[in-house]
Amino acid sequence: MKILVCISKTPDTTAKIAFAEGNTKFDENGVQWIINPYDEWYALVKAIELKERDASVTIHLVTVGGADTEPIIRKALALGGDEAFRVNNTSNDSMVVAQEIAAIAKQGAYDLILTGKETIDYNSASIGAMLSALLDQNFISAAVKLDLNGKIAIVTREIEGGEETCETNLPVIISCQKGMAEQRIPNMRGIMAARTKPLNVLEASISAQNTTIKSFELPPAKTGVKLVDPTNMDELVRLLKEEAKVI
Amino acid sequence: MVLIYIDNADQEIKNASHEAICYGAALAKQLGTSAEALILGNVNEDLASLGKYGASKIHQVKNSALTHFDSKQFATVISEAAKVLGASVLVFAHNVNGKAVAPAVAVKLGAGIVTGACALPKTDNDFVVTKTVFSGKAFASIQINTAIKIITINQNSFGVLMQDANALVENLEINVPVSNLKITSVDKIKGEIPLTEATLVVSGGRGLKGPENWGILLDLAKALGASTACSRPVSDSDWRPHHEHVGQTGLQIAPNLYIAIGISGAIQHLAGVNRSKTIVVINKDPEAPFFKAADYGVVGDAFEVVPELTAAILKSKGGA
Ligand SMILES: Cc1cc2nc3c(=O)[nH]c(=O)nc-3n(C[C@H](O)[C@H](O)[C@H](O)COP(=O)(O)OP(=O)(O)OC[C@H]3O[C@@H](n4cnc5c(N)ncnc54)[C@H](O)[C@@H]3O)c2cc1C
Repeated sequence: MKILVCISKTPDTTAKIAFAEGNTKFDENGVQWIINPYDEWYALVKAIELKERDASVTIHLVTVGGADTEPIIRKALALGGDEAFRVNNTSNDSMVVAQEIAAIAKQGAYDLILTGKETIDYNSASIGAMLSALLDQNFISAAVKLDLNGKIAIVTREIEGGEETCETNLPVIISCQKGMAEQRIPNMRGIMAARTKPLNVLEASISAQNTTIKSFELPPAKTGVKLVDPTNMDELVRLLKEEAKVI
Repeated sequence: MVLIYIDNADQEIKNASHEAICYGAALAKQLGTSAEALILGNVNEDLASLGKYGASKIHQVKNSALTHFDSKQFATVISEAAKVLGASVLVFAHNVNGKAVAPAVAVKLGAGIVTGACALPKTDNDFVVTKTVFSGKAFASIQINTAIKIITINQNSFGVLMQDANALVENLEINVPVSNLKITSVDKIKGEIPLTEATLVVSGGRGLKGPENWGILLDLAKALGASTACSRPVSDSDWRPHHEHVGQTGLQIAPNLYIAIGISGAIQHLAGVNRSKTIVVINKDPEAPFFKAADYGVVGDAFEVVPELTAAILKSKGGA
Protein backbone atom coordinates (compact mmCIF):
# COMPACT_ATOMS: atom_id res chain seq x y z
CA MET A 1 0.00 0.00 0.00
CA LYS A 2 1.56 3.27 -1.13
CA ILE A 3 0.22 6.71 -0.24
CA LEU A 4 1.32 10.00 -1.75
CA VAL A 5 0.57 13.12 0.31
CA CYS A 6 0.75 16.50 -1.44
CA ILE A 7 2.28 19.18 0.77
CA SER A 8 2.28 22.90 0.18
CA LYS A 9 4.15 25.67 1.98
CA THR A 10 1.93 28.56 3.08
CA PRO A 11 2.34 31.65 5.26
CA ASP A 12 1.38 31.17 8.89
CA THR A 13 -2.30 31.96 9.53
CA THR A 14 -1.38 35.12 11.47
CA ALA A 15 1.08 36.38 8.82
CA LYS A 16 0.68 39.99 7.77
CA ILE A 17 -0.62 40.03 4.21
CA ALA A 18 1.26 42.67 2.23
CA PHE A 19 2.65 42.95 -1.28
CA ALA A 20 5.92 44.10 -2.78
CA GLU A 21 7.38 45.08 -6.16
CA GLY A 22 4.47 47.28 -7.17
CA ASN A 23 1.87 44.87 -5.74
CA THR A 24 3.00 42.05 -7.99
CA LYS A 25 4.53 39.78 -5.34
CA PHE A 26 3.56 38.57 -1.89
CA ASP A 27 5.81 40.35 0.62
CA GLU A 28 7.67 37.54 2.37
CA ASN A 29 9.38 39.88 4.81
CA GLY A 30 9.12 38.48 8.33
CA VAL A 31 6.68 35.78 7.27
CA GLN A 32 6.72 32.45 9.11
CA TRP A 33 6.06 29.46 6.88
CA ILE A 34 4.01 26.46 7.77
CA ILE A 35 2.70 23.32 6.10
CA ASN A 36 -0.68 24.25 4.65
CA PRO A 37 -3.00 23.29 7.56
CA TYR A 38 -5.31 21.16 5.38
CA ASP A 39 -2.31 19.21 4.05
CA GLU A 40 -0.80 18.71 7.49
CA TRP A 41 -3.67 18.21 9.93
CA TYR A 42 -5.91 16.23 7.66
CA ALA A 43 -4.11 14.67 4.66
CA LEU A 44 -0.77 13.83 6.26
CA VAL A 45 -2.08 12.81 9.69
CA LYS A 46 -4.70 10.60 8.00
CA ALA A 47 -1.92 8.84 6.07
CA ILE A 48 -0.01 8.38 9.33
CA GLU A 49 -3.08 6.89 11.00
CA LEU A 50 -3.45 4.41 8.13
CA LYS A 51 0.20 3.44 8.52
CA GLU A 52 -0.24 2.94 12.24
CA ARG A 53 -3.01 0.47 11.50
CA ASP A 54 -1.12 -1.31 8.72
CA ALA A 55 2.68 -1.35 8.90
CA SER A 56 2.96 -2.22 5.20
CA VAL A 57 1.85 1.31 4.29
CA THR A 58 4.53 3.57 2.82
CA ILE A 59 4.00 7.34 2.88
CA HIS A 60 5.64 9.50 0.26
CA LEU A 61 5.41 13.28 0.30
CA VAL A 62 5.59 15.59 -2.65
CA THR A 63 5.95 19.32 -2.78
CA VAL A 64 6.45 21.60 -5.77
CA GLY A 65 8.58 24.58 -4.84
CA GLY A 66 12.00 26.07 -4.28
CA ALA A 67 14.67 25.08 -1.75
CA ASP A 68 12.93 27.29 0.83
CA THR A 69 10.22 24.62 1.15
CA GLU A 70 12.67 22.13 2.67
CA PRO A 71 12.09 23.06 6.34
CA ILE A 72 8.40 22.28 6.01
CA ILE A 73 9.12 19.01 4.20
CA ARG A 74 11.47 18.02 7.06
CA LYS A 75 8.66 18.80 9.48
CA ALA A 76 6.27 16.62 7.46
CA LEU A 77 8.86 13.84 7.51
CA ALA A 78 9.18 14.31 11.27
CA LEU A 79 5.44 13.87 11.65
CA GLY A 80 5.60 10.58 9.80
CA GLY A 81 6.37 10.57 6.07
CA ASP A 82 8.88 7.95 4.87
CA GLU A 83 10.38 9.69 1.86
CA ALA A 84 9.89 13.03 0.15
CA PHE A 85 10.11 14.50 -3.31
CA ARG A 86 10.60 18.15 -4.07
CA VAL A 87 10.11 19.31 -7.63
CA ASN A 88 12.15 22.45 -8.06
CA ASN A 89 9.47 24.54 -9.75
CA THR A 90 8.31 27.83 -8.22
CA SER A 91 5.33 28.37 -10.52
CA ASN A 92 2.10 29.35 -8.79
CA ASP A 93 -0.11 28.14 -11.63
CA SER A 94 -2.10 25.18 -10.27
CA MET A 95 -1.95 23.37 -13.60
CA VAL A 96 1.86 23.43 -13.58
CA VAL A 97 1.93 22.16 -9.99
CA ALA A 98 -0.57 19.42 -10.79
CA GLN A 99 1.41 18.30 -13.84
CA GLU A 100 4.62 18.08 -11.81
CA ILE A 101 2.85 16.03 -9.13
CA ALA A 102 1.22 13.81 -11.75
CA ALA A 103 4.67 12.94 -13.14
CA ILE A 104 5.80 11.80 -9.67
CA ALA A 105 2.52 9.95 -9.13
CA LYS A 106 2.91 8.00 -12.38
CA GLN A 107 6.38 6.82 -11.32
CA GLY A 108 5.21 5.73 -7.88
CA ALA A 109 1.99 3.89 -8.78
CA TYR A 110 0.25 5.01 -5.58
CA ASP A 111 -2.92 3.44 -4.23
CA LEU A 112 -4.00 6.65 -2.59
CA ILE A 113 -3.18 10.29 -3.22
CA LEU A 114 -4.18 12.72 -0.48
CA THR A 115 -4.27 16.51 -0.76
CA GLY A 116 -5.64 19.25 1.46
CA LYS A 117 -9.02 20.75 0.53
CA GLU A 118 -7.25 23.93 -0.57
CA THR A 119 -4.21 26.01 0.34
CA ILE A 120 -4.75 28.97 2.62
CA ASP A 121 -2.77 31.34 0.36
CA TYR A 122 -4.12 31.00 -3.19
CA ASN A 123 -7.28 29.10 -2.17
CA SER A 124 -7.40 27.40 -5.56
CA ALA A 125 -8.74 24.04 -4.39
CA SER A 126 -7.69 22.65 -7.77
CA ILE A 127 -4.86 20.13 -7.44
CA GLY A 128 -6.93 17.03 -6.58
CA ALA A 129 -9.38 17.44 -9.45
CA MET A 130 -6.56 18.21 -11.87
CA LEU A 131 -4.67 15.09 -10.79
CA SER A 132 -7.84 13.09 -11.37
CA ALA A 133 -7.96 14.21 -15.00
CA LEU A 134 -4.20 13.89 -15.51
CA LEU A 135 -4.03 10.38 -14.03
CA ASP A 136 -7.52 9.24 -15.05
CA GLN A 137 -8.33 8.24 -11.47
CA ASN A 138 -11.39 8.81 -9.33
CA PHE A 139 -11.47 11.94 -7.21
CA ILE A 140 -13.44 12.62 -4.05
CA SER A 141 -13.35 16.17 -2.76
CA ALA A 142 -13.75 17.74 0.67
CA ALA A 143 -13.57 14.40 2.48
CA VAL A 144 -14.23 14.28 6.22
CA LYS A 145 -13.72 10.54 6.74
CA LEU A 146 -11.80 7.72 5.09
CA ASP A 147 -11.66 3.99 5.79
CA LEU A 148 -9.98 1.29 3.78
CA ASN A 149 -11.33 -2.18 3.31
CA GLY A 150 -8.79 -4.11 1.25
CA LYS A 151 -8.72 -2.40 -2.11
CA ILE A 152 -11.88 -0.40 -1.45
CA ALA A 153 -11.94 3.12 -0.04
CA ILE A 154 -15.00 4.19 1.94
CA VAL A 155 -15.13 7.97 1.92
CA THR A 156 -17.50 10.49 3.46
CA ARG A 157 -17.46 13.88 1.84
CA GLU A 158 -19.13 17.22 2.37
CA ILE A 159 -22.05 18.02 0.10
CA GLU A 160 -24.20 21.14 0.06
CA GLY A 161 -26.00 21.01 3.40
CA GLY A 162 -24.79 17.61 4.56
CA GLU A 163 -22.54 14.64 3.93
CA GLU A 164 -22.53 11.60 1.70
CA THR A 165 -20.62 8.35 1.87
CA CYS A 166 -19.39 6.45 -1.14
CA GLU A 167 -17.23 3.47 -1.98
CA THR A 168 -14.70 3.19 -4.73
CA ASN A 169 -11.84 0.95 -5.75
CA LEU A 170 -8.28 2.09 -5.28
CA PRO A 171 -6.45 3.96 -6.67
CA VAL A 172 -8.27 7.14 -5.71
CA ILE A 173 -7.43 10.79 -5.12
CA ILE A 174 -8.97 12.44 -2.08
CA SER A 175 -8.91 16.05 -0.88
CA CYS A 176 -9.12 16.26 2.90
CA GLN A 177 -10.64 18.63 5.41
CA LYS A 178 -11.67 18.81 9.05
CA GLY A 179 -12.90 15.53 10.47
CA MET A 180 -10.33 13.37 8.65
CA ALA A 181 -7.81 13.38 11.49
CA GLU A 182 -6.62 15.35 14.49
CA GLN A 183 -3.66 17.72 14.46
CA ARG A 184 -0.41 16.26 15.88
CA ILE A 185 2.88 17.68 17.06
CA PRO A 186 6.10 16.01 15.90
CA ASN A 187 8.05 14.31 18.72
CA MET A 188 11.81 14.34 19.27
CA ARG A 189 12.27 10.87 17.82
CA GLY A 190 10.41 11.88 14.67
CA ILE A 191 12.48 15.04 14.33
CA MET A 192 15.75 13.06 14.67
CA ALA A 193 14.58 10.41 12.21
CA ALA A 194 13.49 13.03 9.67
CA ARG A 195 17.07 14.25 9.29
CA THR A 196 18.13 11.07 7.55
CA LYS A 197 14.96 10.30 5.58
CA PRO A 198 15.42 10.66 1.81
CA LEU A 199 14.42 14.02 0.32
CA ASN A 200 14.79 13.71 -3.43
CA VAL A 201 15.04 16.86 -5.51
CA LEU A 202 13.86 16.74 -9.11
CA GLU A 203 14.26 19.42 -11.70
CA ALA A 204 11.19 21.23 -13.04
CA SER A 205 9.83 19.76 -16.25
CA ILE A 206 6.80 21.96 -16.95
CA SER A 207 7.03 25.62 -17.87
CA ALA A 208 4.02 26.66 -19.96
CA GLN A 209 1.77 28.76 -17.73
CA ASN A 210 -1.96 28.82 -18.39
CA THR A 211 -2.38 31.74 -16.02
CA THR A 212 -0.22 34.65 -14.87
CA ILE A 213 -0.70 36.71 -11.72
CA LYS A 214 -0.72 40.38 -12.77
CA SER A 215 -1.23 42.12 -9.44
CA PHE A 216 -2.47 41.91 -5.87
CA GLU A 217 -4.67 44.27 -3.93
CA LEU A 218 -5.78 44.62 -0.32
CA PRO A 219 -9.47 45.19 0.40
CA PRO A 220 -10.43 48.72 1.42
CA ALA A 221 -10.25 49.18 5.19
CA LYS A 222 -13.57 49.16 7.04
CA THR A 223 -14.69 52.72 7.63
CA GLY A 224 -15.13 52.13 11.32
CA VAL A 225 -17.63 50.43 13.48
CA LYS A 226 -20.85 52.16 14.43
CA LEU A 227 -21.55 51.44 18.09
CA VAL A 228 -25.12 50.89 19.17
CA ASP A 229 -26.32 51.31 22.77
CA PRO A 230 -26.83 47.81 24.23
CA THR A 231 -30.14 48.88 25.72
CA ASN A 232 -31.48 50.09 22.39
CA MET A 233 -31.79 47.08 20.11
CA ASP A 234 -34.66 48.73 18.22
CA GLU A 235 -32.02 51.10 16.88
CA LEU A 236 -29.84 48.20 15.68
CA VAL A 237 -32.82 46.66 13.90
CA ARG A 238 -33.59 50.02 12.29
CA LEU A 239 -29.99 50.37 11.08
CA LEU A 240 -29.97 46.86 9.65
CA LYS A 241 -33.24 47.54 7.86
CA GLU A 242 -32.82 51.08 6.66
CA GLU A 243 -29.08 51.69 6.42
CA ALA A 244 -27.51 48.30 5.71
CA LYS A 245 -30.72 47.00 4.07
CA VAL A 246 -29.91 43.41 4.95
CA ILE A 247 -33.06 42.38 6.81
CA MET B 1 -20.16 31.25 -26.31
CA VAL B 2 -20.16 31.31 -22.52
CA LEU B 3 -21.27 27.97 -21.09
CA ILE B 4 -22.49 27.88 -17.49
CA TYR B 5 -22.56 24.60 -15.61
CA ILE B 6 -25.69 24.18 -13.51
CA ASP B 7 -25.13 22.08 -10.42
CA ASN B 8 -28.20 20.00 -9.70
CA ALA B 9 -27.19 17.93 -6.70
CA ASP B 10 -30.37 16.19 -5.51
CA GLN B 11 -32.34 17.25 -8.58
CA GLU B 12 -32.48 20.72 -7.14
CA ILE B 13 -30.92 23.91 -8.49
CA LYS B 14 -29.48 26.10 -5.77
CA ASN B 15 -28.82 29.79 -5.54
CA ALA B 16 -25.11 29.32 -6.31
CA SER B 17 -26.04 28.11 -9.80
CA HIS B 18 -28.53 30.94 -10.35
CA GLU B 19 -25.76 33.35 -9.51
CA ALA B 20 -23.33 31.55 -11.84
CA ILE B 21 -25.84 31.93 -14.70
CA CYS B 22 -26.24 35.66 -13.97
CA TYR B 23 -22.46 36.05 -13.92
CA GLY B 24 -22.06 34.08 -17.15
CA ALA B 25 -24.81 36.10 -18.82
CA ALA B 26 -23.18 39.40 -17.84
CA LEU B 27 -19.83 38.12 -19.10
CA ALA B 28 -21.37 36.97 -22.40
CA LYS B 29 -22.89 40.41 -22.88
CA GLN B 30 -19.51 42.00 -22.23
CA LEU B 31 -17.91 39.69 -24.83
CA GLY B 32 -20.75 40.12 -27.33
CA THR B 33 -21.64 36.44 -27.33
CA SER B 34 -24.40 34.19 -26.06
CA ALA B 35 -24.84 32.67 -22.59
CA GLU B 36 -25.96 29.05 -22.56
CA ALA B 37 -26.17 26.61 -19.70
CA LEU B 38 -25.46 22.92 -19.29
CA ILE B 39 -27.16 20.52 -16.93
CA LEU B 40 -26.41 16.84 -16.44
CA GLY B 41 -29.13 14.39 -15.51
CA ASN B 42 -32.68 15.03 -14.48
CA VAL B 43 -34.10 17.77 -12.38
CA ASN B 44 -37.49 18.46 -10.81
CA GLU B 45 -37.59 22.02 -12.03
CA ASP B 46 -38.83 23.90 -15.04
CA LEU B 47 -35.59 24.44 -16.95
CA ALA B 48 -37.04 26.98 -19.37
CA SER B 49 -37.64 29.30 -16.44
CA LEU B 50 -33.85 29.54 -15.90
CA GLY B 51 -34.00 32.01 -18.77
CA LYS B 52 -34.86 34.60 -16.16
CA TYR B 53 -31.24 34.51 -14.96
CA GLY B 54 -30.01 35.30 -18.46
CA ALA B 55 -29.31 31.97 -20.20
CA SER B 56 -30.73 31.82 -23.72
CA LYS B 57 -30.43 28.02 -24.01
CA ILE B 58 -30.25 25.15 -21.56
CA HIS B 59 -28.52 22.03 -22.84
CA GLN B 60 -29.58 18.98 -20.92
CA VAL B 61 -27.70 15.69 -21.04
CA LYS B 62 -30.35 13.22 -20.01
CA ASN B 63 -28.82 9.88 -19.23
CA SER B 64 -29.74 7.40 -16.55
CA ALA B 65 -26.03 6.96 -15.73
CA LEU B 66 -25.91 10.56 -14.47
CA THR B 67 -27.85 10.08 -11.28
CA HIS B 68 -25.26 11.27 -8.83
CA PHE B 69 -22.34 13.67 -8.90
CA ASP B 70 -19.04 11.95 -9.70
CA SER B 71 -16.17 14.35 -10.38
CA LYS B 72 -14.40 12.15 -12.95
CA GLN B 73 -17.53 11.16 -14.86
CA PHE B 74 -19.00 14.67 -14.83
CA ALA B 75 -15.69 16.22 -15.93
CA THR B 76 -15.65 13.95 -18.97
CA VAL B 77 -19.24 14.78 -19.95
CA ILE B 78 -18.85 18.54 -19.36
CA SER B 79 -15.63 18.65 -21.41
CA GLU B 80 -17.24 16.78 -24.30
CA ALA B 81 -20.28 19.05 -24.17
CA ALA B 82 -18.06 22.15 -24.18
CA LYS B 83 -16.29 20.84 -27.29
CA VAL B 84 -19.50 19.94 -29.11
CA LEU B 85 -21.10 23.29 -28.29
CA GLY B 86 -17.96 25.30 -29.00
CA ALA B 87 -17.74 27.07 -25.64
CA SER B 88 -14.96 29.64 -25.25
CA VAL B 89 -15.57 30.40 -21.57
CA LEU B 90 -16.95 28.03 -18.95
CA VAL B 91 -18.45 29.28 -15.68
CA PHE B 92 -19.02 27.17 -12.56
CA ALA B 93 -20.24 28.07 -9.08
CA HIS B 94 -17.39 27.89 -6.55
CA ASN B 95 -19.42 25.45 -4.47
CA VAL B 96 -18.55 21.90 -3.40
CA ASN B 97 -19.27 20.28 -6.76
CA GLY B 98 -18.02 23.20 -8.86
CA LYS B 99 -14.65 23.05 -7.08
CA ALA B 100 -14.51 19.29 -7.53
CA VAL B 101 -15.10 19.29 -11.28
CA ALA B 102 -13.99 22.58 -12.89
CA PRO B 103 -10.20 21.99 -12.48
CA ALA B 104 -10.55 18.54 -14.10
CA VAL B 105 -12.43 20.10 -17.01
CA ALA B 106 -9.58 22.63 -17.30
CA VAL B 107 -7.10 19.76 -17.79
CA LYS B 108 -9.30 18.06 -20.37
CA LEU B 109 -9.81 21.24 -22.40
CA GLY B 110 -6.27 22.61 -21.95
CA ALA B 111 -7.92 25.67 -20.43
CA GLY B 112 -6.53 28.15 -17.96
CA ILE B 113 -8.65 28.37 -14.83
CA VAL B 114 -9.25 30.90 -12.07
CA THR B 115 -11.19 29.56 -9.09
CA GLY B 116 -12.99 31.73 -6.56
CA ALA B 117 -13.50 34.77 -8.79
CA CYS B 118 -15.27 37.71 -7.16
CA ALA B 119 -15.98 40.04 -10.10
CA LEU B 120 -16.41 40.06 -13.86
CA PRO B 121 -13.11 39.75 -15.74
CA LYS B 122 -11.51 42.66 -17.55
CA THR B 123 -11.66 41.76 -21.20
CA ASP B 124 -10.52 44.92 -23.04
CA ASN B 125 -7.17 43.64 -24.29
CA ASP B 126 -6.59 40.41 -22.45
CA PHE B 127 -8.64 38.35 -20.00
CA VAL B 128 -7.93 39.18 -16.36
CA VAL B 129 -9.99 37.72 -13.52
CA THR B 130 -9.99 39.02 -9.95
CA LYS B 131 -10.20 36.39 -7.23
CA THR B 132 -9.94 36.36 -3.46
CA VAL B 133 -6.67 35.02 -2.06
CA PHE B 134 -5.25 34.55 1.44
CA SER B 135 -8.69 33.46 2.62
CA GLY B 136 -10.36 36.73 1.72
CA LYS B 137 -7.57 38.94 3.10
CA ALA B 138 -6.56 40.09 -0.40
CA PHE B 139 -7.41 39.97 -4.09
CA ALA B 140 -5.30 38.80 -7.02
CA SER B 141 -5.80 39.75 -10.66
CA ILE B 142 -4.93 36.77 -12.81
CA GLN B 143 -4.57 36.70 -16.55
CA ILE B 144 -5.74 33.60 -18.38
CA ASN B 145 -3.44 32.88 -21.32
CA THR B 146 -5.32 30.08 -23.08
CA ALA B 147 -7.99 30.17 -25.79
CA ILE B 148 -10.56 28.45 -23.57
CA LYS B 149 -11.08 30.00 -20.15
CA ILE B 150 -12.67 28.63 -17.00
CA ILE B 151 -13.92 30.60 -14.02
CA THR B 152 -15.53 29.47 -10.78
CA ILE B 153 -17.44 32.28 -9.11
CA ASN B 154 -17.49 32.78 -5.33
CA GLN B 155 -20.91 32.36 -3.81
CA ASN B 156 -22.79 35.55 -2.96
CA SER B 157 -20.17 37.77 -4.61
CA PHE B 158 -21.96 38.76 -7.81
CA GLY B 159 -25.62 38.67 -6.92
CA VAL B 160 -28.73 37.41 -8.67
CA LEU B 161 -30.51 39.58 -11.20
CA MET B 162 -33.74 38.48 -12.81
CA GLN B 163 -35.43 39.42 -16.03
CA ASP B 164 -38.57 38.33 -17.78
CA ALA B 165 -37.38 35.64 -20.18
CA ASN B 166 -37.53 31.95 -20.93
CA ALA B 167 -34.71 29.74 -22.14
CA LEU B 168 -34.87 27.20 -24.92
CA VAL B 169 -34.33 23.71 -23.51
CA GLU B 170 -32.46 21.31 -25.76
CA ASN B 171 -31.41 17.72 -25.42
CA LEU B 172 -27.72 17.07 -25.83
CA GLU B 173 -26.46 13.60 -26.68
CA ILE B 174 -23.08 12.90 -25.11
CA ASN B 175 -21.41 9.58 -24.45
CA VAL B 176 -21.57 9.04 -20.70
CA PRO B 177 -18.90 6.82 -19.09
CA VAL B 178 -19.99 4.63 -16.18
CA SER B 179 -19.36 5.93 -12.68
CA ASN B 180 -17.01 3.95 -10.44
CA LEU B 181 -18.40 5.49 -7.29
CA LYS B 182 -21.04 3.71 -5.29
CA ILE B 183 -23.01 6.08 -3.08
CA THR B 184 -23.94 4.24 0.09
CA SER B 185 -25.59 6.98 2.12
CA VAL B 186 -26.58 10.63 1.99
CA ASP B 187 -27.13 12.63 5.18
CA LYS B 188 -28.76 15.99 4.84
CA ILE B 189 -29.27 18.29 7.75
CA LYS B 190 -33.01 18.56 7.63
CA GLY B 191 -34.81 21.84 7.31
CA GLU B 192 -31.73 24.02 7.43
CA ILE B 193 -30.32 26.28 4.76
CA PRO B 194 -26.71 25.20 4.06
CA LEU B 195 -24.37 27.81 5.57
CA THR B 196 -22.70 28.56 2.24
CA GLU B 197 -26.10 29.40 0.73
CA ALA B 198 -27.38 31.40 3.70
CA THR B 199 -27.84 35.15 3.37
CA LEU B 200 -28.25 35.70 7.12
CA VAL B 201 -25.99 34.00 9.66
CA VAL B 202 -25.90 34.16 13.45
CA SER B 203 -22.67 32.83 14.94
CA GLY B 204 -21.54 32.09 18.48
CA GLY B 205 -18.14 31.82 20.16
CA ARG B 206 -16.64 30.77 23.42
CA GLY B 207 -18.20 33.85 25.03
CA LEU B 208 -21.47 31.91 25.25
CA LYS B 209 -19.77 29.69 27.86
CA GLY B 210 -21.38 26.35 27.01
CA PRO B 211 -23.75 24.47 24.71
CA GLU B 212 -26.58 24.85 27.22
CA ASN B 213 -26.60 28.59 26.49
CA TRP B 214 -27.19 28.30 22.76
CA GLY B 215 -30.94 28.80 23.15
CA ILE B 216 -30.69 32.61 22.98
CA LEU B 217 -28.69 32.36 19.76
CA LEU B 218 -31.10 29.86 18.19
CA ASP B 219 -34.03 32.10 19.11
CA LEU B 220 -32.37 35.03 17.38
CA ALA B 221 -31.63 32.91 14.31
CA LYS B 222 -35.23 31.76 14.22
CA ALA B 223 -36.58 35.29 14.50
CA LEU B 224 -34.38 36.35 11.59
CA GLY B 225 -34.72 33.18 9.51
CA ALA B 226 -30.92 32.88 9.73
CA SER B 227 -28.57 29.90 9.66
CA THR B 228 -26.22 29.27 12.56
CA ALA B 229 -22.43 29.12 12.67
CA CYS B 230 -19.72 29.03 15.33
CA SER B 231 -16.03 29.62 16.01
CA ARG B 232 -13.53 26.79 15.94
CA PRO B 233 -13.10 26.21 19.69
CA VAL B 234 -16.89 25.86 19.93
CA SER B 235 -17.01 23.03 17.39
CA ASP B 236 -13.76 21.53 18.70
CA SER B 237 -15.40 21.26 22.14
CA ASP B 238 -18.45 19.69 20.50
CA TRP B 239 -20.75 22.45 21.73
CA ARG B 240 -21.90 22.70 18.13
CA PRO B 241 -21.58 20.37 15.10
CA HIS B 242 -18.46 20.60 12.92
CA HIS B 243 -20.35 21.78 9.87
CA GLU B 244 -21.03 25.07 11.66
CA HIS B 245 -17.32 25.89 12.06
CA VAL B 246 -16.42 28.95 10.01
CA GLY B 247 -12.97 30.43 9.52
CA GLN B 248 -9.69 29.76 7.85
CA THR B 249 -9.87 26.06 8.60
CA GLY B 250 -13.64 25.76 8.41
CA LEU B 251 -16.21 27.10 5.99
CA GLN B 252 -15.67 30.41 4.25
CA ILE B 253 -18.94 32.25 3.92
CA ALA B 254 -20.14 35.57 2.50
CA PRO B 255 -23.68 36.23 3.76
CA ASN B 256 -25.38 39.61 3.60
CA LEU B 257 -25.46 39.71 7.40
CA TYR B 258 -23.13 38.02 9.88
CA ILE B 259 -23.89 38.49 13.58
CA ALA B 260 -20.98 37.42 15.80
CA ILE B 261 -21.86 36.78 19.43
CA GLY B 262 -19.11 36.26 22.00
CA ILE B 263 -16.45 35.77 19.33
CA SER B 264 -13.16 37.62 19.81
CA GLY B 265 -12.43 38.01 16.10
CA ALA B 266 -9.11 36.15 15.78
CA ILE B 267 -7.51 36.55 12.38
CA GLN B 268 -8.25 32.90 11.53
CA HIS B 269 -11.92 33.43 12.31
CA LEU B 270 -12.12 36.62 10.26
CA ALA B 271 -10.64 34.79 7.27
CA GLY B 272 -13.85 32.81 7.00
CA VAL B 273 -16.31 35.66 7.34
CA ASN B 274 -14.60 38.83 6.09
CA ARG B 275 -16.48 38.72 2.81
CA SER B 276 -19.81 39.18 4.60
CA LYS B 277 -21.59 42.32 3.42
CA THR B 278 -22.54 43.54 6.90
CA ILE B 279 -20.98 42.39 10.17
CA VAL B 280 -22.55 42.95 13.59
CA VAL B 281 -20.43 42.18 16.65
CA ILE B 282 -21.86 41.64 20.11
CA ASN B 283 -19.08 41.37 22.69
CA LYS B 284 -18.68 42.51 26.28
CA ASP B 285 -15.04 43.47 25.74
CA PRO B 286 -14.76 46.84 23.94
CA GLU B 287 -11.18 45.88 23.01
CA ALA B 288 -12.21 42.69 21.17
CA PRO B 289 -10.43 42.72 17.78
CA PHE B 290 -13.67 41.84 15.98
CA PHE B 291 -14.95 45.41 16.43
CA LYS B 292 -12.26 46.58 13.98
CA ALA B 293 -13.79 44.40 11.27
CA ALA B 294 -17.42 45.19 12.16
CA ASP B 295 -19.96 47.54 10.64
CA TYR B 296 -22.11 47.65 13.77
CA GLY B 297 -21.00 46.88 17.28
CA VAL B 298 -22.75 46.34 20.57
CA VAL B 299 -20.54 46.40 23.66
CA GLY B 300 -22.52 44.40 26.15
CA ASP B 301 -23.29 41.08 27.77
CA ALA B 302 -24.63 38.66 25.17
CA PHE B 303 -26.99 37.12 27.70
CA GLU B 304 -28.78 40.46 28.01
CA VAL B 305 -28.30 41.92 24.52
CA VAL B 306 -29.24 38.91 22.39
CA PRO B 307 -32.75 38.34 23.84
CA GLU B 308 -33.38 42.10 23.48
CA LEU B 309 -32.32 41.99 19.85
CA THR B 310 -34.57 38.98 19.21
CA ALA B 311 -37.49 40.83 20.78
CA ALA B 312 -36.77 43.95 18.71
CA ILE B 313 -36.71 41.89 15.52
CA LEU B 314 -39.97 40.13 16.33
CA LYS B 315 -41.52 43.48 17.19
CA SER B 316 -40.41 45.02 13.87
CA LYS B 317 -41.74 42.01 11.97
CA GLY B 318 -45.03 42.08 13.80
CA GLY B 319 -45.41 45.77 13.03
CA ALA B 320 -44.56 45.43 9.36
C1 LIG C 1 -3.87 27.54 12.32
C2 LIG C 1 -5.10 28.01 13.03
C3 LIG C 1 -6.32 27.93 12.38
C4 LIG C 1 -7.49 28.38 13.02
N1 LIG C 1 -8.68 28.32 12.34
C5 LIG C 1 -9.78 28.85 12.93
C6 LIG C 1 -11.04 28.87 12.24
O1 LIG C 1 -11.16 28.38 11.11
N2 LIG C 1 -12.11 29.43 12.85
C7 LIG C 1 -12.03 29.97 14.10
O2 LIG C 1 -13.06 30.48 14.61
N3 LIG C 1 -10.88 29.93 14.79
C8 LIG C 1 -9.76 29.39 14.24
N4 LIG C 1 -8.60 29.36 14.95
C9 LIG C 1 -8.64 29.75 16.37
C10 LIG C 1 -8.55 31.25 16.58
O3 LIG C 1 -7.20 31.64 16.65
C11 LIG C 1 -9.24 31.65 17.89
O4 LIG C 1 -8.63 30.94 18.95
C12 LIG C 1 -10.73 31.37 17.94
O5 LIG C 1 -11.36 31.90 16.79
C13 LIG C 1 -11.34 31.99 19.17
O6 LIG C 1 -12.68 31.60 19.29
P1 LIG C 1 -13.73 32.50 20.09
O7 LIG C 1 -13.71 33.86 19.56
O8 LIG C 1 -15.00 31.77 20.13
O9 LIG C 1 -13.15 32.44 21.59
P2 LIG C 1 -12.34 33.52 22.41
O10 LIG C 1 -11.17 34.02 21.68
O11 LIG C 1 -12.14 32.91 23.75
O12 LIG C 1 -13.33 34.74 22.53
C14 LIG C 1 -14.48 34.77 23.30
C15 LIG C 1 -15.03 36.18 23.23
O13 LIG C 1 -16.27 36.23 23.91
C16 LIG C 1 -16.37 37.44 24.63
N5 LIG C 1 -17.32 37.24 25.74
C17 LIG C 1 -17.15 36.49 26.86
N6 LIG C 1 -18.27 36.53 27.61
C18 LIG C 1 -19.18 37.28 26.95
C19 LIG C 1 -20.51 37.69 27.21
N7 LIG C 1 -21.15 37.30 28.31
N8 LIG C 1 -21.12 38.47 26.31
C20 LIG C 1 -20.48 38.88 25.17
N9 LIG C 1 -19.23 38.52 24.88
C21 LIG C 1 -18.58 37.74 25.76
C22 LIG C 1 -14.96 37.73 25.09
O14 LIG C 1 -14.80 39.13 25.31
C23 LIG C 1 -14.15 37.24 23.89
O15 LIG C 1 -13.92 38.28 22.96
C24 LIG C 1 -7.42 28.90 14.34
C25 LIG C 1 -6.19 28.96 14.99
C26 LIG C 1 -5.04 28.52 14.36
C27 LIG C 1 -3.74 28.63 15.08
